[in-house]
Amino acid sequence: MKGFQKYFFVLIITCGIFATGWYLSNYVNNKKINEIKDIQNKIAIDILSSETQFSLLEELSCQDLDNSILSQEIAKVADKINFSEQNVGNAEEIDSLKKQYTILQVKDFLLAKRIGERCKQTISTIFYFYGNKESCVDCLKQGFVLDALRKKYPTLRVYSFDYDLDLSTVRALKSIYKIENVLPSLVVQGKTVSGFKTVEELESMLPKELTNPKKEPLVGSTKKP
Amino acid sequence: MPFSEIAMYTIIFLAVYVQVFFLVTFFERRKHLNKVHKEDLPILQSFPTVAVIVPAWNEGTTVHGTVKSLLDLDYPKDRLEVLVIDDGSTDNTWEEISKYKDHPQVKIFQKENGGKHTAVNFGIDNTNADFISCLDADSFVAPDALKRIINLFQKKPDVMAVAPSLIIHKPKNIIQHAQRVEYNMSTYNKRMLAYLGAIHVTPGPFSVFRKEVFEKIGKFRKAHNTEDQEIAYRMQEHHMKIDHCHTAYVYTSSPNTVKKLYKQRLRWIYGFIQNTIDYRRLIFKTRYGNFSFFTLPSGIISIIAVCYLSFALLYNLTIFVIKKITEISIKGFNLSFSTNFDWFFINTKTIVFISIILYGLIIFSILVGTKLAKQGRGFHWHIIPYILIYSVIAPVWLLKAVYNTITRQGQPKWR
Repeated sequence: MKGFQKYFFVLIITCGIFATGWYLSNYVNNKKINEIKDIQNKIAIDILSSETQFSLLEELSCQDLDNSILSQEIAKVADKINFSEQNVGNAEEIDSLKKQYTILQVKDFLLAKRIGERCKQTISTIFYFYGNKESCVDCLKQGFVLDALRKKYPTLRVYSFDYDLDLSTVRALKSIYKIENVLPSLVVQGKTVSGFKTVEELESMLPKELTNPKKEPLVGSTKKP
Repeated sequence: MPFSEIAMYTIIFLAVYVQVFFLVTFFERRKHLNKVHKEDLPILQSFPTVAVIVPAWNEGTTVHGTVKSLLDLDYPKDRLEVLVIDDGSTDNTWEEISKYKDHPQVKIFQKENGGKHTAVNFGIDNTNADFISCLDADSFVAPDALKRIINLFQKKPDVMAVAPSLIIHKPKNIIQHAQRVEYNMSTYNKRMLAYLGAIHVTPGPFSVFRKEVFEKIGKFRKAHNTEDQEIAYRMQEHHMKIDHCHTAYVYTSSPNTVKKLYKQRLRWIYGFIQNTIDYRRLIFKTRYGNFSFFTLPSGIISIIAVCYLSFALLYNLTIFVIKKITEISIKGFNLSFSTNFDWFFINTKTIVFISIILYGLIIFSILVGTKLAKQGRGFHWHIIPYILIYSVIAPVWLLKAVYNTITRQGQPKWR
């Protein structure tokens, strides 16, 4: 090959290598998205099963009720959605998965609340409204605080919501709990607080049944996706 | 797409482009390469006179071995002379050189210290040989090297200089083994550049020149202590062809510590930057061919790329450390390791797959280079420390060379 012909030929091959890299990446990432979808389907079935179980409550005692409403898988989903947001790149697909995850969290909360009322159990919950790193500089720290709390109190239910997510459910929650655009915002046992809160500050707001448990509360928690 | 990603993709695109360029050249010339590689020791039509200049400055421990390797060359004794120049050494170099004062093939000289280029030029002034070579006093030549190089000159009358394959002499520690891998890869790169007519350096150890080179374009210049680069640039400017004889092997001593390696490479990179600035008029000019459109731009791009990647890495590392410190301050220090490996969290961005292909191309060049340099076959585990060590250290000397250029600091010392 002579002159610039070779430069052009090499350019074509290099583009081919890039196309191969892009194809492989796309292929693997689609597999990842499908994996998240599978897990979310499983969680949806778990919740539906629990709701059915709840409907049968009148014929069952509270001891017979499976209190691990949320599958353990849901925590993994949060991590995977979070990772995918930064690395997978299929924004529309990830956004859709995130919306599903958000709805599943709310359904879980509502179900847990109903079971709590029926079985006279105190459900300890924190709603965590976060934003991206530009709009919420303290969200990274707040995430670590909530991780620490989860570890300390495995029965604490932490629900994470993307403040900017375009979803009517999130808008409804923001309206109900009067969440302003001050992030991070937290709703601890129904009480809204804004700005970064330490482990100790949040502990003081949580019910005593959690910190000094007498009877076993409902198990499960979710993470920021 | 954010700027950082665009920059990363651009850099990796250009890096892949360079490697593919070499690969295409390799496949174009594979038959020729195989033929040359299997060639027996050539029978020369005639034996032109050859002078080898050995500039020595404080090389008391190695100069004897260097001269001996030259005298052992498989070449008629009356057609080969060795000029050993003591460039104002302060050790026992002159004492060692003096042992050859009565040798019929050796001429010894002593002069005031003036730098390597002055010693070599002194030698050029004191010979009438048809071919002139230079051998650093820390290098040794394979006995058949000269015959192979002269054979190439006789086959290709338009070739004005020939560079040999450099091999690390008896590597002992991991730093030297890593350099051995690098030199093997250089053999491949240089061979491909030779096919492209785009060699940018005629290395100090045993590059051979026709005497017309010095008559037409002058002798060596100080050139930021990289006279072997500058003369190659000057030859390219004057359309003088430089070839590479990959079957002519020269064994060279190598830095055995990171500090020595750093100083050597700082000098080389600084020299490359300065010479490229001095000869910037050659860039993107069709009359200078691949040297102008491939060698120089890829060198410049690699320097810019390493600078960018170093700062990007430093930035990401800082962010990671800050994040970790924040996490530990809130959650406490936890030494427990999770054994639950999940493939999901492996980065599968496009750039990762392309990087894998790029590393594949680099390893291919090392393997071919190793074969060309007759340093074994197949994958050698030293490739791993080579990639690791050079990924960490190379950006340091490169950044320092760029810093010295920007701040107009003096050139790095020879040693």
